[in-house]
Amino acid sequence: MDDALSAEAAQVHARPGRLREFWFYFRENRGAVIGLWIFAVFAILALFGPWIAPHDATTQFRSDTLLPPAWQEGGSRKYVLGTDPLGRDMLSRLIVGARFSFFVGVVVVTVAASGGIMIGLIAGFAPRWVDSIIMRIMDIILAFPSLLLALVLVAVLGPSLTNAMIAIAIVLQPHYVRLTRASVLSEKQKDYVTSARVAGAGYFRLMFVTVLPNCLAPIIVQAALSFSTAILDAAALGFLGMGAQPPTPEWGTMLAEAREFILRAWWVVTFPGLAILITVLAINLMGDGLRDALDPKLKRS
Amino acid sequence: MLNYVLSRLLTFIPTFIGVTLISFGFIRALPGDPIVVMAGERGMTPERYAELSAQFGFDRPIFVQFWEYLTGVLQGDLGNSFVTKRPVWDEFFALFPATLELSFCAMIFSIALGIPAGVIAAVNRGKFFDRALMSTALVGYSMPIFWWALLLIIIFSGNLGWTPVSGRISLMYYFPNATGFMLIDSLASGQKGAFASAVQHLILPTIVLGTIPLAVIARQTRSAMLEVLGEDYIRTARAKGLTSGRINGIHALRNALIPVVTVIGLSVGTLLAGAILTETIFSWPGIGKWMVDSIFRRDYPVVQGGLLLIAVMVMVVNLTVDMLYGLINPKIRKR
Repeated sequence: MDDALSAEAAQVHARPGRLREFWFYFRENRGAVIGLWIFAVFAILALFGPWIAPHDATTQFRSDTLLPPAWQEGGSRKYVLGTDPLGRDMLSRLIVGARFSFFVGVVVVTVAASGGIMIGLIAGFAPRWVDSIIMRIMDIILAFPSLLLALVLVAVLGPSLTNAMIAIAIVLQPHYVRLTRASVLSEKQKDYVTSARVAGAGYFRLMFVTVLPNCLAPIIVQAALSFSTAILDAAALGFLGMGAQPPTPEWGTMLAEAREFILRAWWVVTFPGLAILITVLAINLMGDGLRDALDPKLKRS
Repeated sequence: MLNYVLSRLLTFIPTFIGVTLISFGFIRALPGDPIVVMAGERGMTPERYAELSAQFGFDRPIFVQFWEYLTGVLQGDLGNSFVTKRPVWDEFFALFPATLELSFCAMIFSIALGIPAGVIAAVNRGKFFDRALMSTALVGYSMPIFWWALLLIIIFSGNLGWTPVSGRISLMYYFPNATGFMLIDSLASGQKGAFASAVQHLILPTIVLGTIPLAVIARQTRSAMLEVLGEDYIRTARAKGLTSGRINGIHALRNALIPVVTVIGLSVGTLLAGAILTETIFSWPGIGKWMVDSIFRRDYPVVQGGLLLIAVMVMVVNLTVDMLYGLINPKIRKR
């Protein structure tokens, strides 16, 4: 009896696991949960797109060009969202296109975040003059409007989706450097870091094991935000003809191809943009939820 | 304060040199020999090639080239466009008013709607208005503006026929560009309908360019207002029996505006990036379209000079905002 009581008490007082606690706060934000669901659908489409799509994304049904969506007069059940000027099924192209945006987001965030965290850690721990040099370089990159810099970088590297991703990663990376450096500088003064240093921890251990895990919260939020920025910028580059090249069903490139038909066929323009908007919106909703759940200052406020 | 200003100015110099180096380096890294590109499909003799190469200084060591470029830049010489043969500097200032006019209108649009929206949302925290406004703001913030522009064209130009699709003014009107600002010039020309035409051409680009700043300002105003509304002096004001309009409008908003003004100042870069897309879609003859066209035409001196001028502009504005912020808020200076 006594044992059971104390066990129960221990259970009540035990600190919930980090993930559980995070989920508890994340779940409170309804928008974030909706965003998460949409993002899950987006991820599934990205992974299994070609098997889900009703038609092949590049097959041209020459007799069915510019058909309106199924619910409009003249539309066909065969092509639910209509067809584009070359007779390709819009729905299939949109579904297959999800993987390009997803891929862009994952690669750009991974490259920009890992590079930025490394440089930020170095800037935070290195002697003052190294720190100033690194931060001046970041200032220089940030002085250019990101899309313009990406545009010129792609012009240098040659227009393709890979080069667009490299350019966007370079442009987004200074934000991670600044964020990491700022949290490293504030964490470094705390007692637990001093005690680790006194205990003989080397620089590598201090950087990656002691300090970095405590700097991750703002970086994770930034990762969510730059995931959506990456998708938007890649689509913008595609739209300007400097990203993925036709016939790739990338959403921005699809919009660029559809531009001349805007006044004749609303669906070829509306749906790719809507796909971008919904995806970006879902990720931003998730980002807001992440921020609320991870930032202790805003909790319970 | 003087120390703060001086230290900020000192960091400006290496950043400026770096920005010059980057814009200079990019052009050297671009694929294709600029002189061959200039010759076009006709090609040229080796003698002519050597002559042109000497004329542009491409035959000298890269350090010498950079030094000459840097000294040229400091004297206001950015070279000549390959395509039009006119100085880059002149082209920039001929087109800059168009971008400035558009950005200015977009900023007014986003401030005029964003601040009231943020205040209303904060005052009605958690209620219907707050949710509706903030959801709308998040949609605006997530908007691919190039698509938004096409959508607005479909609705307002295509279906309703209210607004023109491209350009700054209808071809029916002709008058000298005294200031470069179409709104002022059209008004000064005294031609009937010219001003109305200029306004009509401005509406859609303004909305498109202003959408993201609008969302950012609304969100920022709301959070700043919420912070201020929790302060003691607001409670005091309420206890004194002031009307809520007076409390929200005068006591709270004035203090909440400081971070909002900072956000507005720092969004110049965002605005210029947005101008690239907006101007391209609406064929607006400004800096953004000029840069995109030059990148496609491989007009190296223009890309190089334009990059530099835009970056310096962003840097100067950010520096000014920083300093103003330091002036308003002494806590910042100590860092």
